[in-house]
Amino acid sequence: MSPTGATLDERALAQRRRIIRMLERAGRGHVGSPLSVMEIIRVLYDDILHVDASRPDWPDRDRFILSKGHACLALYLVLGEKGFFPAEELDRVCKFGAMLGGHPESHKIPGVEASTGALGHGLSIGVGFALAARIDKRACRTFVLVGDGESNEGSVWEAALCASKHKLDALTVIVDYNKMQSYGSTFEVQDLEPLGAKWASFGFAVREVDGHDVAALQGIFGQLPFEAGKPSLIVAHTVKGKGVPFAEGNPEWHHKAKLTADELARLYAALGGPP
Amino acid sequence: MRIACLTAVYELARRDQRVVFIGSDITKRSLEKFAAEIPERFFMEGIYEGHLVGMAAGLALSGKIPYLNTINTFLTRRCYEQILIDVGLHNLPVRLLGSGGGVVYAPLGPTHIANEDLAILRVIPNMTVVAPCDAEEMKRLMAQTLDWPGPIHVRIAKGGDKVVSSDARPFRIGQAIPLCDGADVLLITTGITAQIALEASALLATSGVDAGVLHVHTIKPLDAEQIASRARPVRVIVTVEEHSVIGGLGSAVAELLMETGAGQGKRFARVGFPDVFTDELGSQNEIMGKYGIAAPAVAARVLALLAGP
Repeated sequence: MSPTGATLDERALAQRRRIIRMLERAGRGHVGSPLSVMEIIRVLYDDILHVDASRPDWPDRDRFILSKGHACLALYLVLGEKGFFPAEELDRVCKFGAMLGGHPESHKIPGVEASTGALGHGLSIGVGFALAARIDKRACRTFVLVGDGESNEGSVWEAALCASKHKLDALTVIVDYNKMQSYGSTFEVQDLEPLGAKWASFGFAVREVDGHDVAALQGIFGQLPFEAGKPSLIVAHTVKGKGVPFAEGNPEWHHKAKLTADELARLYAALGGPP
Repeated sequence: MRIACLTAVYELARRDQRVVFIGSDITKRSLEKFAAEIPERFFMEGIYEGHLVGMAAGLALSGKIPYLNTINTFLTRRCYEQILIDVGLHNLPVRLLGSGGGVVYAPLGPTHIANEDLAILRVIPNMTVVAPCDAEEMKRLMAQTLDWPGPIHVRIAKGGDKVVSSDARPFRIGQAIPLCDGADVLLITTGITAQIALEASALLATSGVDAGVLHVHTIKPLDAEQIASRARPVRVIVTVEEHSVIGGLGSAVAELLMETGAGQGKRFARVGFPDVFTDELGSQNEIMGKYGIAAPAVAARVLALLAGP
């Protein structure tokens, strides 16, 4: 599949402006990654996951793990929109005494299922979720979003072996395949190709999708599980920094420790103005 | 001790639906009944400790109490980040059952020696670290693991160790057990050094020295009150452990003695492995003997401290 050509709709632009506002208030954070995963998380929470913001510990809920925890601003935004916590928290990210940090913490944040930030942990936890659901005969499903850079970690593939062995067809892994990692291109730093074939060889039923195309994402998630007796794997082709042309695919925008007024103005301008 | 431990897991699983067993490609021995009778909560998985600790965390986040068993070296080092973050940070009731603490597997070479496990685990917040001295004590410990909050690491000794524990004294996680009293000297032990210290105490008695033994099966949370109160009356305090002298029982006791003042005016020594990779083959006892972790050497160390300046 070629790189994503999806056009962002008004909601996608508005969410991105809100993410930039969070970065502005926090004074720092990962820029490219939340813009890469935004539509995946939006569609999951809008249309796919059976969750209830008034009962974040509802035993029969579907579970979502953001294994690439550094993309957390997108998750915070959606959880805030859905009412898991007061939206004012979004303006206090990384502040002393705040709930929302630079990586998500499950014991602090309603709706966050696992604390992530160290890469390569989320899928193993997701396998545990799926096995527990099977033991308890619950119909709930588990979704784990991993990064392409994160997929350098051997533990991702350990978990993949195990998920396949147990035929966890209630488990879905989504790879945010923006083809960039911190230093540069994944093709340069650590090539993952053939990515879909790798996961297929590990026993997953694999599909590919444009990770910014809302309708395509709705469609692909609607087909789950892809194959009975196999965990599902979605290669989501994305663009790191999607929506901000000068940040797209630019490793300089992986993380910013200090955003200048000029940079903020350029970011907002690219997204249609401040929120 | 391993058989007692795994048999206890099976018995806990029979009476509590939350109990799940996970093994990392370990021997079938003593697990057949569990696998046959409760297959839905029995997981014999591959050799990927990092993944298994994370998986156990996922099960625990879903209300299960996972007991994860493999060789202690691999259960504590390779997967350290998963233990720290997935289990420790989340404060989950995962039970890490490490077969072969210390130099149990020394004949297999240095890759199989776990002389730093107590140090690296006790530094993790929320973690409980326990080293029973014999199979009977293991049974008493395991009965309490069901409802203990947070994660536990259980250091499993070689097995066939002389039984010195007794049900005459109640076993409580976090409460040290005095194995014998002594007016002159306090020997503080964990795991199978309880037996060594009792032998040393008997040797010292022949020299007219009255040495008590306090068995600190729980390295963390440390029974600070009892260690300090038993340290105060004696002249010499010696810790004995099958572990590096850095970071384990000896370090924990030294920190405590300094901070409470209970060590004031006392002679104190840590018996354990020095800051080296022990590169000898041979039996557990032979290697411990080389480094003075043996009754005669402990007794001699005590006598030297008593006689010292």
